[in-house]
Amino acid sequence: MQRFINDPDEVVEDTLRGFAKAHGDILRQSSENPRVVAAVSAPIAGKVGVITGGGSGHEPAFIGYIGRNMLDAVAVGELFSSPTAKSFLDAARAVNSGNGVVCLYGNYAGDNMNVKMAIKLAAKEGIEIATVVANDDVCSAPPSERAKRRGVAGEIFMWKCGGAKAAEGASLQEVRATAQKAIDHCRSIGVGLGPCTLPAVGHPNFVIEPGTMEVGIGHHGEPGVRIEPLRTAAEIGKDMASTVLDDHGLAAGSEIAVLISGLGATPLNELYILNDAIESEIARRGLKIYRTYIGNYFTSLEMVGATLTVMALDDELKRLLDMDVDCPAIL
Amino acid sequence: MQHLPNRSSGDIVLAIAEKIIENRAYLSEIDGKIGDGDHGVNMAKGFGIAAERIRGKDLSLSAAFDLLGTVLMTEIGGSMGPLYGMMFTEFAEAIDDVAAIDAATFAKMLTAGLAGIQAIGSAKVGDKTLLDALVPAITAFEAAISAGRPFDQALDALVVAAEAGRDSTKDMVAKIGRASRLGARSVGVLDAGATSCALILRDLALGTKARLTADVEPVR
Repeated sequence: MQRFINDPDEVVEDTLRGFAKAHGDILRQSSENPRVVAAVSAPIAGKVGVITGGGSGHEPAFIGYIGRNMLDAVAVGELFSSPTAKSFLDAARAVNSGNGVVCLYGNYAGDNMNVKMAIKLAAKEGIEIATVVANDDVCSAPPSERAKRRGVAGEIFMWKCGGAKAAEGASLQEVRATAQKAIDHCRSIGVGLGPCTLPAVGHPNFVIEPGTMEVGIGHHGEPGVRIEPLRTAAEIGKDMASTVLDDHGLAAGSEIAVLISGLGATPLNELYILNDAIESEIARRGLKIYRTYIGNYFTSLEMVGATLTVMALDDELKRLLDMDVDCPAIL
Repeated sequence: MQHLPNRSSGDIVLAIAEKIIENRAYLSEIDGKIGDGDHGVNMAKGFGIAAERIRGKDLSLSAAFDLLGTVLMTEIGGSMGPLYGMMFTEFAEAIDDVAAIDAATFAKMLTAGLAGIQAIGSAKVGDKTLLDALVPAITAFEAAISAGRPFDQALDALVVAAEAGRDSTKDMVAKIGRASRLGARSVGVLDAGATSCALILRDLALGTKARLTADVEPVR
């Protein structure tokens, strides 16, 4: 394992220190709780606070999406592990201006429990936390059990639209409803070509045999729906787009936003090679692409692989997507 | 009647913590087969922080439980932070004012810990979680007491049932948490949470047995 680390047990602390040094104009680590990163502007008077939280190792998610018209604060967990209830609470405290706080997070057992506890603790202090739980990963459960699906890169669209809605001055319930709509309009799929290693564990979390790929892999290496021989990018891209769009069931002519993210160790050029096939499949189905995002938006340490997210758009979501943002992860 | 003195029994919790730290790599390895492989790392981190704060302080059992539970809940996160955090803080509350813990109070303590876990988690027995070690252990302890067996023998029954419960997770299909995404592919591997729970219960039982006394001691 060749990694740029100091102490394997201090990876998150060291990451946050370097991150805060790089982006001090936008955000800061909380002085009371170093596992909370907040926008320097927070709390913004009159605005609903927008927070999220999750395990580390997905950079630039979640901390990279803090900034103007985006997230106001993030609760930071260990690598691939939920933040504490206290960190979710401290994030809510950091952004609350009396207008309530919306917590937009992904569907994972630990996050669900810690957010639930944070909501109770916050209520005692008179802070209202509304939640939206992302469940955009189509391979993690069948359509009939959508509530069980994991949240993956669709969370970025949920944050973008929720953050923009809050910046427009919407109420807590309005922000919640719009963020819910955004994630309900998202479908994602991941394909893994190589595993990742938690530095403190020291060996790969799972195995992907050479010459094979795992279709439907999760953001922490959760097994996919099938293991297949590695195919060409054209075939994989078409398959990713088909899986997502079949689940979506959009009418021809619908407008969509496309987000392709590397999982950490896939070169950007390969994402463009995938996009070539993905966009062809989208065009074949008569859908219109409003905007495409390609980059390392939501990674999984040094996993080799990529995710595709498609969000169906309406006028409101287009307007919110178009709003300027100022955050470390360029959008 | 056998009792466990609350006072100065905090080292039982220290022994539990040291056992978890010792099994850091083992727990991560089991977790890595069907989860993400960080169970041992995160457990060791939390129990390690608690151990440092317990060591040499001559804490009561309730104070040590409360310290461990609070560390897990406020400093660890993940799924295990809140679940074990609730269990240990409920343990602490159940024996807080008790100088001499008898078998009935010990059973109440275990049940309170279980209730704490169930208040935030939604798992049931058979879902391939720590409950598959904890619930049969409590049932076995209570059954032994009801059958009129002494405290120490009931503790033996608790350990046997916890370990049998842990082993039973091997053939289970995970229904909750990260491993549940695997469906049938989760069969054949022990659940990491049930494994750590069995370790905790074993050291809790051994530490308790070693301190059982017929005398009643005041808390302070």
